[in-house]
Amino acid sequence: MSEKIGVYLCHCGSNIAGVVDVEEASFWAQETFPEVTVSRNYKFMCSSPGQELIEKDIKELGLTRVVVAACSPHLHEPTFRGACQRAGLNPFLFEMASIREQVSWVTTDKQIATQKAKALIEGAIKRVVYNEPLEPFIVKIDPNVLIVGGGVAGIQAALEIADSGSHVYLVEREPSIGGHMAQFDKTFPTLDCSACILTPKMFAVGSHPNITLLTWSEVEKVEGYVGNFTVQVRKRARKIKEDLCTGCLVCQEKCPKKVVDNVFEVGLANRKAVYVPFPQAVPKYPVIDTENCTFFQKGKCKICEHFCPTDAIDFAQEDQVLKLNIGNILLATGYDPFDCRRMPQYGYGVLPNVITSLEFERMTNASGPTAGKVLLKDGKTVPTSIGIIHCVGSRDKNYNEYCSSICCMQSLKFAHLAHEKTGAKVCNFYIDIRTPAKSYEEFYKRIQDEGTIFVRGKVGEVTNIARSAEEEGKLIVQVFDTLLGMQRRIPVDMVILSAALEPRADAKEVGKKFGISCAADGWLIERHPKLDPVATMTEGVYIAGCAQGPKDIPASVAQGAAAAARIIGRIQQGQMALEPVRANVIEDRCSACRTCNDLCPFSAITFDMDKEVSLVNPALCQGCGTCVAACPAGAIIGTHFSDEQIMAQIKGLLEVPFAPMQP
Amino acid sequence: MAETEKNRFEPVIVGFTCNWCSYRAADAAGMGRMKYAPNVRLIRLMCSGRTDPQFVLKAIAEGADGVMITGCHPGDCHYIDQNYKTMRRYELLRRTLIQMGLEPGRLNLVWASAAESQILAEEISKFVEQVRALGPLHWPKWEQASANERASGKEAA
Repeated sequence: MSEKIGVYLCHCGSNIAGVVDVEEASFWAQETFPEVTVSRNYKFMCSSPGQELIEKDIKELGLTRVVVAACSPHLHEPTFRGACQRAGLNPFLFEMASIREQVSWVTTDKQIATQKAKALIEGAIKRVVYNEPLEPFIVKIDPNVLIVGGGVAGIQAALEIADSGSHVYLVEREPSIGGHMAQFDKTFPTLDCSACILTPKMFAVGSHPNITLLTWSEVEKVEGYVGNFTVQVRKRARKIKEDLCTGCLVCQEKCPKKVVDNVFEVGLANRKAVYVPFPQAVPKYPVIDTENCTFFQKGKCKICEHFCPTDAIDFAQEDQVLKLNIGNILLATGYDPFDCRRMPQYGYGVLPNVITSLEFERMTNASGPTAGKVLLKDGKTVPTSIGIIHCVGSRDKNYNEYCSSICCMQSLKFAHLAHEKTGAKVCNFYIDIRTPAKSYEEFYKRIQDEGTIFVRGKVGEVTNIARSAEEEGKLIVQVFDTLLGMQRRIPVDMVILSAALEPRADAKEVGKKFGISCAADGWLIERHPKLDPVATMTEGVYIAGCAQGPKDIPASVAQGAAAAARIIGRIQQGQMALEPVRANVIEDRCSACRTCNDLCPFSAITFDMDKEVSLVNPALCQGCGTCVAACPAGAIIGTHFSDEQIMAQIKGLLEVPFAPMQP
Repeated sequence: MAETEKNRFEPVIVGFTCNWCSYRAADAAGMGRMKYAPNVRLIRLMCSGRTDPQFVLKAIAEGADGVMITGCHPGDCHYIDQNYKTMRRYELLRRTLIQMGLEPGRLNLVWASAAESQILAEEISKFVEQVRALGPLHWPKWEQASANERASGKEAA
């Protein structure tokens, strides 16, 4: 075949030309390859005149293939594909060789660098001959949106999308939306009451005509692709008829069975077997915890049914399985707090007055287990001294290396609340004080001015073994004070552990269900850490809030809004073009060995029993190429990454020797 | 590090990278201006799972002194778990190549995430030294082999 290839080398100013001899390489390309019709080099190929060079040559010289040797294809492949398309050449008949990131920026010897550049260019020239023209795959976008997680990020996104006119299904596994923010007492730095600022949004979600709230529900299965997902949701049986329940909560009041509330009250208080998690719950309907309900476990009771004024209790109610057609999905599943029992040196779970951050939040909350009073475990004594330990489980190579972002502000907030409620002496044990956002540093100064003591040092141990009279009956915080340069033992009545934020225990499984993955530290992975924090590598699936990494409430709200904007944009466009890089089975060559069938994580490969061939669904295929490599018969073709293309590229890469021939 | 002494053997190595992790790591190494051995010529695939063992054989047949396969860390694959398939394939390939007489040090598998540019650069340089120590791979290229056989009058095998 005689293709007419245009080869363009970019100087990139002196970024490439300063190391690689682009003039010589450009001349070499013209002279060495008969299939190269024209070879040029130019200062900045990505500029308008640079692109026009390509367009002009395509039109005037009838080029059938284009190779550009410049920066990374991740930067400018779309740019040059665009130039080809404008000139009438299919954009997939283009190849790019990266001679900047892979050659000029990483090699010092100029001759060797030029040789390596030539090798990469020859690889591209040999490969591009086998490129096929491809058309992008257009898919329609269903306007319905699924949001998983009813915390503040999910709530924000739901409201913005619903306000724009599209329909949202908000799935939440707990009986009420609100997430962790509903558990907090006051929020930093404004010391707004958390419930007061959150409940109006929760109520708006509950009453919005464009939001279908599915609480006490879980996503079971996700199939399909962007714009065309089919999601199976299990709406668990509350055992309450929602159309009859008025939310009067007589059932909760009369229920005789008490259960330790390990979720909302973090184990500090009880709830009933039929309950709403907190008074401002949305929706207002209670649920029956069948694992602890006397009727479901032993067949007796039914007191709730007896007292319900509207006959809304339905013990026979079954789970409902819903199949939803969804266009875009947002995961805002939040975080789990670090289990402080993993650090036995701090005595949590053994020493009664060592508590976690979430437990302290519930304690200071006026509707919490102690009606807002800060008390020791005996339920009556007010502490006269409190130690607050920062970075418990964070910034620690034994547990989590990352910083949990909010604990310094949270610990300062606790110091303030402790002062306000008890007048106790408060000591914060810190490594660094991280107060970067708006008004945070001012908050820190305020807490210092209030008389809080700050000791810089990572606490070694919290113990109740006294060494002197004044330590008797106290908790002793043993710490190396780095500013004083000495060990200190500081006796306190109560210790609060600012626990790390960790990814949800099932983050990996949940991610897998939706076709996205987690990073090494467990948080869901975004498309680009700086420039694209809410999209993921899977089109149509977005992430927001703490599911993406620890962050404060303003940042969670911002991410929820950002994801909503993206989704609204997609819905407005109505359709989108997908890259046509995917696998395709040549049915004549398939011998039905079915080696490929189990290889696809996206379930894109099926076996047709009638035709007795394996088939790839192009809409589900993500183009990884694993099945292409695995097929023993070579029956699966990988478009744009075919065997012919890659073999030719390998050969081309190896034609150019390491060093130039000596004359 | 890239200065070559006269007469020192310089291996030529083909590296397969995956679009999402290791290729981005190579890009990041470039942006960080990290200098590493220029002996490795990279091919971009969408996933390490696309690496057909035939590609490795082709590279060796065409004159490569070593071959490197790189991809995302297990558990972090952009296509969920295709790099596990790469791992399995690599193990079988390695054993096959050893039986064919290839020194095991000429084949390498490296996991590097997009943020691990330093690690990728170091692995590349380390592998180059490893292959350099083994010397050139004296397997004639296909065409050369057939030309040799035609010239000596024997039939091509």
